[in-house]
Amino acid sequence: MITDQSWLLSLGTFLPLVGVLVMLFIPKKNEVLAKEVGLLTAIATLAVGVYTLIQFDYDQAGLQQFAASKDWIEPIGATYTIGLDGVSLPLYFLSMVITVLVMIYSWDHIPHPGNAKAFFILMLVLQTGMAGTFIAQDLILFFVFFEVVLLPMYFMIGVWGGENRQYASLKFFLYTMFGSALMLVAFIALYIVTKNAPGVDAAEANFSFAWFLEHGPDVTKTTAIWIFAGMFVGFAVKVPMFPFHTWLPDAHTQAPTQGSVILAAILLKLGTYGFVRIAIPFLPQAAVKWAPVIAILAVIGIIYGALGCLAQTDMKRLIAFSSVAHMGFVMLGIATLTPLGINAALFGMVAHGLITGMLFFIAGSVKERYHTLEIKRLSGMLIQMPKLGWILGFCAMASLGLPGLAGFWGEFPAILSSWNPADGLNQDLFRVLTVIAALGTVLAAAYLLWLYQRTAFGTPSAEFSGGGHDDHGAHGAAGHGDDHGSDIHDVNTFEWIAWTPLLIAIVLFGVLPALMFDVMDPAVQNITRVFTAGK
Amino acid sequence: MLASLLAATDFVAPTVDYHALAPEIVVAAGLCLVLLVDLFVPDHKRWVTGTITGFVLLGAFIPVATLAVIGGDVRSLFDGRYVVDEFALALKGLFLLAGYVVVLLSSNEMEEGHYYQGEYYVLLMSSVLGMVMMASARDLVSVFVALEFLSIPAYMMAAWRKRDRKSNEAGVKYYLLGVFASAVLLYGMSLMYGLANSTRLTDIGAAITGEGDKIGLQVLAVVFVIVGFAFKVSAVPFHTWAPDTYQGAPTPVTAFLSVASKAAGFVGLIVMVYLAFPQASDVYQPFMWVLAALTMTVGNLLALKQTNIVRMLAYSSVSQGGFILMPLAVAGTGDAAGPALKAVVVYLMIYAATNLGAFAVIIAVARKTRSGEISSWGGLFNYAPGLAVMMTIFLASLAGIPPLGGWYAKFGAFRAVVEAGGGWGYSIAVIGAVNAVIATAYYITLMREMWMKPAPDGDETPIKVPAPLVAAVALCGIGTLVMGVLPGAVARFGDLADLTHAFGG
Repeated sequence: MITDQSWLLSLGTFLPLVGVLVMLFIPKKNEVLAKEVGLLTAIATLAVGVYTLIQFDYDQAGLQQFAASKDWIEPIGATYTIGLDGVSLPLYFLSMVITVLVMIYSWDHIPHPGNAKAFFILMLVLQTGMAGTFIAQDLILFFVFFEVVLLPMYFMIGVWGGENRQYASLKFFLYTMFGSALMLVAFIALYIVTKNAPGVDAAEANFSFAWFLEHGPDVTKTTAIWIFAGMFVGFAVKVPMFPFHTWLPDAHTQAPTQGSVILAAILLKLGTYGFVRIAIPFLPQAAVKWAPVIAILAVIGIIYGALGCLAQTDMKRLIAFSSVAHMGFVMLGIATLTPLGINAALFGMVAHGLITGMLFFIAGSVKERYHTLEIKRLSGMLIQMPKLGWILGFCAMASLGLPGLAGFWGEFPAILSSWNPADGLNQDLFRVLTVIAALGTVLAAAYLLWLYQRTAFGTPSAEFSGGGHDDHGAHGAAGHGDDHGSDIHDVNTFEWIAWTPLLIAIVLFGVLPALMFDVMDPAVQNITRVFTAGK
Repeated sequence: MLASLLAATDFVAPTVDYHALAPEIVVAAGLCLVLLVDLFVPDHKRWVTGTITGFVLLGAFIPVATLAVIGGDVRSLFDGRYVVDEFALALKGLFLLAGYVVVLLSSNEMEEGHYYQGEYYVLLMSSVLGMVMMASARDLVSVFVALEFLSIPAYMMAAWRKRDRKSNEAGVKYYLLGVFASAVLLYGMSLMYGLANSTRLTDIGAAITGEGDKIGLQVLAVVFVIVGFAFKVSAVPFHTWAPDTYQGAPTPVTAFLSVASKAAGFVGLIVMVYLAFPQASDVYQPFMWVLAALTMTVGNLLALKQTNIVRMLAYSSVSQGGFILMPLAVAGTGDAAGPALKAVVVYLMIYAATNLGAFAVIIAVARKTRSGEISSWGGLFNYAPGLAVMMTIFLASLAGIPPLGGWYAKFGAFRAVVEAGGGWGYSIAVIGAVNAVIATAYYITLMREMWMKPAPDGDETPIKVPAPLVAAVALCGIGTLVMGVLPGAVARFGDLADLTHAFGG
């Protein structure tokens, strides 16, 4: 553990809340000032993040850096322990980048019913919760941050979302709440079990990760399997894994663009991160037992998500289902319990964040221009808006795992790793799953190319090419009914600013995946050491 | 006559520790003062009685604070029948502050509704005095006196809107069922006295050991006492008075009943469980288990279908009571006695701040909407964002979402039952977890109304919130947040090592 500059992570995590406090005193009418303060706070937070990136000691990426530990809730043994290693650094930084980009995008895209002040405040609160989850090194602290994101996202979907927003937000909330209630019981049970284990000094017990890393593996197998089950439900709902995924398509479809991007880019990762950081290293003996279940569900998710995509008529819903499939690859990588698999999973998490985040941005912009996302009504985007069309094509290629782009390095090694899972796992089963998962990539190519063909190729439909002359009142769903063509314009400045960093990152990590693998690998080796020790 | 009586009983006046009794003395003196002042001030200045009440309750908090700071030994008065220890002090503080917040909630309501103000505050203070006494009572007689002292004024307060039939119904229902519960409780107490030949709880604790041939009588005594208090804390199936009373009573009184009066009932129950029959754990544990499971489940399910906000909160408070009972279901198992007690005390504190805050917002909003229907809360976020955000905080805290107080309360309760372990412990933990999720469903209904629905009649004029209500909302809001972010601060109050030792040992 490296404790230099131990204030840095707390600053990066809680700085957004300072911005929130300032914004509370800005009158609601003064939207520009509210947006400025919000964006400035996010940029300042990102600056702290960049500084963290520079100061991070990459030669010791396996260690917790900038670590701090303070007493927090003494009576129950919860501590304020934080730290950052190679596993959490990319996600911690990604959360800051995404928040800034989403805010830039929001500058002229505040969804109905407006109220920029509240919208920006919610994004800042979300940012604190996301960053906090990735730095927490204490189960209770982790749980608190994990839950902090719940209400802001609920309101973001419920207030600024689409037509069915209330149903979608409620579903999102109840699913997550159910998962986290069981998760909390599992956390407490793990604490009590490790505390009362024979030969353990109960007075020393606390909720810090270090304690569980040391004592968790000693828990008897049956108990461990049950505790793992509680954590599994909590994290699997968040990922989401089949069969807990049904909240996701609704939430994504109804959420405002900004909400979808944050949800896809960061919030889903809280679940997979929980598996890598908590469930597997704390309870390795149970992880070995659960790995086949996770792997099977992951592969079902891959195929089911892909088939779901093929059945969609709505572009945003299609992207949402593709998330289910992609998170399936991530979970398959995790389930192998090998360094390669978990590295791939972590890479896949970041890559999915960049690519699917970008796809949701595009979907939002398409909706804004055409007032619809119905695939069969869109066509000829490349003619009407060549830049937007090409960006969509680029992201679709990245999403289907084209080599040379970031998506490839999450998907391919994950499939590869499942051919040779860790010792103690059923190799035959995993090899069967490898084959099925590989088929899933074909399906991914199918639904993404199909989406691209139908929306971007061809000629623009008469409905949208009239430039506002024709009356298409028959399409009531089109919102404004009268003037379709007038909103159709190519990528604007705010969109360029918000998107360029993501597009660059997709290429950069596609060409130089080692940039991220080198940071993560030492930390991943620490996690999987217990499984590879026998070799 | 008097002399002969004294001679006959060989009466020796007990030494009285006036510092330990100071909070009670201050409240009692304040009570007389308000009665007197009420006689002499003209009608339009009656509000002054409320102000005095507020100051008296805060004044009574001073000796509580000094006693807590001095600390030291447990102050045991009257032969151990009236004890001032950390447990008592923590709860006295809670009752006095809760009373103060209720005064803040009442002042505008009483003033504008043209109610009898002096009498109201006198009754409120009497009830608070009863609660303060309950925290220290360690004897059947003092427990019963404290219970009646806190209940009887509350019966009248529930019927304070005397021209409103619902309020009358509230008062009468509360009174009849309350008196019935008292009778059951008294019966149980008389059996206990018969068993132990003493009214002191520690003596009873020594007598009810679960051994010997009196077991049938012991079981009856324990069950009757629990049932008596179960009415007070509105545990299912003894909750039937709560929704009607809560809905009919004036809202500040409802806040008072659902928080302070309920907490006092729990204090009585704790004292009985830990002192009078700690050894009868094979009797009270299963009984509490059933009560807790029923209370949270039934309370939740009924809350789901409510359309009136006060009624919804009434059922919510029934269900919260189930969570408070939950640790008591394992209080006699292994080492769980300590964590269970802490969990209950901490839960009561956090719940008090949160629920009072929620009622404060309800009172503020009702000033505009003049309605108790949940649908009247539509659009609140647009025209009163401050109130909407505060209400969201209180509701989220009730639902147990971090980083607001409620999560720590629930955490403590879960921890106690998981610590006890075994089939009973784990099963109630899972029931609790499921209920925690069900509960969010109705809290979120109200949030959805405030944030996502339009104002029902399009009326978006802002709400003018009077200063006392602002103070109440702010106090409760700060309490809810601080207890959630730094729960160590309250957990210390619940860290009653010597007390659990005395209780459990």
